[in-house]
Amino acid sequence: MAENRLSAPALVSRLPHGSDRVFRDDAVAVARAPAAARFILRGGDEVAARVASVFGAHPPARPLASAQAGTRAALWLGPDEWLLLAPEEDPEPLGRALQAAIDGVPASLVDVSQRQIGLSLSGPLASRLLSSGCPLDLAPAAFPPGMVARTHFHKAEIVLWRRADSFHLEVWRSFVDDVLGHLEQARLGAAGLVS
Amino acid sequence: MAQPFRLATGGRIDRARPLRFHFDGRSYEGFAGDTLASALIANGVHLVGRSYKYHRPRGILTAGPEEPNALVGVRRGPGRFTPNLRATQVRLHDGLEAVSQNRWPSLGFDLGAVNSLGSPLFSAGFYYKTFMGPKGAGDRLWRRVFEPVIRHAAGLGNAPTQPDPDLYAQFHEHCEVLVIGAGPAGIAAALAAAQGGGRVILCDEQAEPGGSLLSETAATIDDMPARDWLARSLATLAAMPNVRLMPRTQAFGYFAQNFVALCEQVDDLPDDGPRLRERLWQVRAGRVVIATGAIERPLVFPGNDRPGVMLADAARIYLARYGVAVGRRIMVATAHDSAYRAALELREAGIDVALVADLRPQANGAWPMAARAAGIEVVTDARVIATHGRLRIAGATVAIAGRERKVACDALLMSGGWTPSVHLHSQSRGKLVFDEALQAFVPGASVQAQCSVGTCAGRFGLSAALADGARAGADAAGIPAPVHIVANDPAMTGGTLGASREHARGKAFVDFQNDVTADDIRQAVREGFRSIEHVKRYTTTGMATDQGKLSNMNALAIAAAELDAPLEKVGLTTFRQPYTPVTFGTLAGASRGDLFDPVRRTPIHDWAREHGAVFEDVGLWKRAWFFPQAGEDMQAAVRRECAQVRRGAGLFDASTLGKLEVVGPDAALFLERIYTNAFGRLQPGRCRYGLMLNEQGFVMDDGVVARLAPDRFHVTTTTGGAARVLHHMEDYLQTEFPDLRVWLTSTTEQWAVIAVQGPRARDIVAPFIEGIDLSNAAFPHMSVRDGRIRGVPCRLMRVSFTGELGFEVNVPADYGRAVWEMLWQEGRKHDAVAYGTQAMHVLRAEKGYIIVGQETDGTVTPDDLGLNWAIGKAKPDFVGKRSLTRPDMLAANRKQLVGLLTDDARTALEEGMQVTANATPAIGEHALGHVTSAYDSPALGRPIALALVEAGRARLGETLFVPTSGRSIAVTLVAPVFLDPEGARLHG
Repeated sequence: MAENRLSAPALVSRLPHGSDRVFRDDAVAVARAPAAARFILRGGDEVAARVASVFGAHPPARPLASAQAGTRAALWLGPDEWLLLAPEEDPEPLGRALQAAIDGVPASLVDVSQRQIGLSLSGPLASRLLSSGCPLDLAPAAFPPGMVARTHFHKAEIVLWRRADSFHLEVWRSFVDDVLGHLEQARLGAAGLVS
Repeated sequence: MAQPFRLATGGRIDRARPLRFHFDGRSYEGFAGDTLASALIANGVHLVGRSYKYHRPRGILTAGPEEPNALVGVRRGPGRFTPNLRATQVRLHDGLEAVSQNRWPSLGFDLGAVNSLGSPLFSAGFYYKTFMGPKGAGDRLWRRVFEPVIRHAAGLGNAPTQPDPDLYAQFHEHCEVLVIGAGPAGIAAALAAAQGGGRVILCDEQAEPGGSLLSETAATIDDMPARDWLARSLATLAAMPNVRLMPRTQAFGYFAQNFVALCEQVDDLPDDGPRLRERLWQVRAGRVVIATGAIERPLVFPGNDRPGVMLADAARIYLARYGVAVGRRIMVATAHDSAYRAALELREAGIDVALVADLRPQANGAWPMAARAAGIEVVTDARVIATHGRLRIAGATVAIAGRERKVACDALLMSGGWTPSVHLHSQSRGKLVFDEALQAFVPGASVQAQCSVGTCAGRFGLSAALADGARAGADAAGIPAPVHIVANDPAMTGGTLGASREHARGKAFVDFQNDVTADDIRQAVREGFRSIEHVKRYTTTGMATDQGKLSNMNALAIAAAELDAPLEKVGLTTFRQPYTPVTFGTLAGASRGDLFDPVRRTPIHDWAREHGAVFEDVGLWKRAWFFPQAGEDMQAAVRRECAQVRRGAGLFDASTLGKLEVVGPDAALFLERIYTNAFGRLQPGRCRYGLMLNEQGFVMDDGVVARLAPDRFHVTTTTGGAARVLHHMEDYLQTEFPDLRVWLTSTTEQWAVIAVQGPRARDIVAPFIEGIDLSNAAFPHMSVRDGRIRGVPCRLMRVSFTGELGFEVNVPADYGRAVWEMLWQEGRKHDAVAYGTQAMHVLRAEKGYIIVGQETDGTVTPDDLGLNWAIGKAKPDFVGKRSLTRPDMLAANRKQLVGLLTDDARTALEEGMQVTANATPAIGEHALGHVTSAYDSPALGRPIALALVEAGRARLGETLFVPTSGRSIAVTLVAPVFLDPEGARLHG
């Protein structure tokens, strides 16, 4: 009954309600990041090491740090907590491989691929727009590329990750509308500002 | 003649750009660069408002944010009316429409001015005295006389009635050094601080930075005229990438951790489309340099509020910055040298200076001597004892060494000296100390990383300001302080506080905005008020929107004199945020309408909307409430949905349910401690109802706990409890059970959840399920399996919140709508209905299933709900266990969950109705309980209700009463399960 299967690719790229509100101009571009396999990994050093052996990126021990291997990334969320991101990968086989790697070690691996949605912000006003709802100091000296923080944007809890030339936001899916709405308002509110 | 008081030359206005504006309907002309106040004065208009209590005519008193009188409403089109703006801060633009306030019918003729005649009504403490009046006759007097009079008189301006169409933005900002105030001290500080390379913000409330330098005509700095030095310094700052210059930006609040709130005026031009009006900047600064200057103090003399009476330096500013003469023949009353400078500069501009009357016995400083040399008549030991004129001053009577002399004038400039603006220092919790020599409070020790420089620190003079600022900036940058050389800036001294009692005739105002006179303050002291905090509250001095910027020191001095106590012993009132009023728009920012709170929608939301769902708010979520068909009201829709679920099947979007994955070797042990139930022997693939208590033993949440594997559980919570439950669990895990190897991950949004309920539920689900045997034997009630539904990963649970055969299909959120539609298509073959939360409530109530937050209110135990079966008796401990055996928790008269049936089988009850033993209870008789849920039950064909009733289980079968207005409804207590108590349908 293969012909009756609901095909994933047709569905997974859909944003929730109000999905098309992604915008771009000379000063800032807001885009949806590609769909990704996501896992929350909990556990100790040994878990991190075992995951690194199959995932590539080694979940960092250093607070607020990230590690990357190819397109995959491990973001530090807490002393025993990481977000594993694998853009455009199928979560099922990856999940099985990761679970196999940590078998026998006290740990928790939970698939959250569809719990949240990735957004990317780039352009000279990207940090200004984020500063409308995020109180952290986002100057490159204070929040350099590679840094990750679990913070908030207005009333939405987000994971904020600075990449080489953009910010990557992880937002719980039902808060995406709110985040996009506030980014749009902040874009209007930043009129006349250059940074 | 247009602008009769505009001088031919001078000022920083753009004479090539005339602007037309309206004040109270009359058309006037001004220039670009004007404020509303300067443009009005240029047109000879001083009368701009009526006072708050006595409706006395009032004029423009100042040239800055401290203005107490010239409050106007500005209209910029529909929804764009802003009341209570200070005319001294309103930037003029073409077509500006402003109106005066507190007057009826007109400024010139105001009926409210009769309050002046009845002024004893409004004496000190009048609120308290009238509120505390005698009962009976006093009451009537209050309702008929006082309240209407006070209501009419009270309040400033009119609130806008339409939504504001404009945009208000908010940004967080960080910097190493924040300099507040771009006068000489602030600019020197910013210049030095910026050399350190760190981020520097220099903000100033004026459109043009410069502060006193803008009206400085004589002094030179670093061998150039002060204005040139200003222009060069601003250009230097503007060119530095690490400096953010923010004009029109008021620092209005200083909070903890060097967090300072700034309000930036972005645009005040009228337009059809939405405009960006203001921006709130929430600045976290490494260091703050406060350079806010000083405010000139009024003199307190009878008639000091007549239009045309203004502060001396304000007249100087109008002259120097706007090329405006405040009058044709002025008189000066002063106790400070600085007013002589105003007199001199006005004389130089060709204005007639009739007299300088100095309170001091002698005035021999550089400026008084220069004034005399210029031929200005100066008298000392002289005080104003009256002013004349009605809507504008026409003259004043001066007592000079006992002799009275009447002087004609059309403007009276006054100066009682200068009060350092210590507001922000005080807001930052810095202490204030009284400087005897200066007769002023100045900043003492700082609590946060901030310092005050220049005149706001009590260090007067241009030279001191520049040196002070440069040092503070250099300290922040870690460099040696730059030196600025100042010439031609003679020192000024003087100043007075309070008011003389001699010759007092008529009202001498201390607080112009709240209409408080020197006599009011004296009266308060005579009536026994000793602390300035009490005097303030009793008289309302300093409690207006200007927070006593002009009045506090005079009020304090008058109270101190009356008490015969040193001023600093009487105390100083607290300075509070905001420094000047801030619009609600700025405080709200984008948080209005749909962005006020996040609106959370499920993956199935759009389908429900397309199918006509009416939504209700549950926490932040929108949930489909019911699905009315053509012609149906809510009751009809819900009845149909309920009936069809029991007859065929129903689909329900349960995606909002909180979901957690609890994983780790100690997961079962952890859940045993968190829930009342026993989970140790729960087999993988099975589910169990979970009841969660708080430490006090009261029910806080419930849900289903599904064991997926020995070390992995899928736990559901109530929709509203999801975040609370996760925090509760994390709290215990981190503080009480840190040894347990278990981790919690929220999966609420990972899954879309479709509940398929009803006798035909299996028929709807079965065709698509792969890899799970759905038979009763293999997959009985309270089972869970991971499998697939037409290829999509699926976590299938057999659970029921309706009492029917039920499945909950969990699929990754992206697939939610597609799977829903697939099941919906299949469901239509089986008489299925889409049902909303209201039908869900009815269906569960028919089964007596509780809803946390409805049947519970934080004071309800498991036993109260008849849920003792959910308590794992053999468990050594769980959260709340100990509390369950406290005597109160075991009391026989605790309220217990029961069902209520109205005796006539027709009358519906309502949630919250009281249940009593008597049909007509006496007043004060206590209720036995209350209705927690009440619905019309389609299955029973009659209304049903759940209630918490004292010792309810022992009263089953008894008749009690629900008194309502007009009658009492007889009800019979029954067991709280109305339908299928054996659960035969569940297991079908």
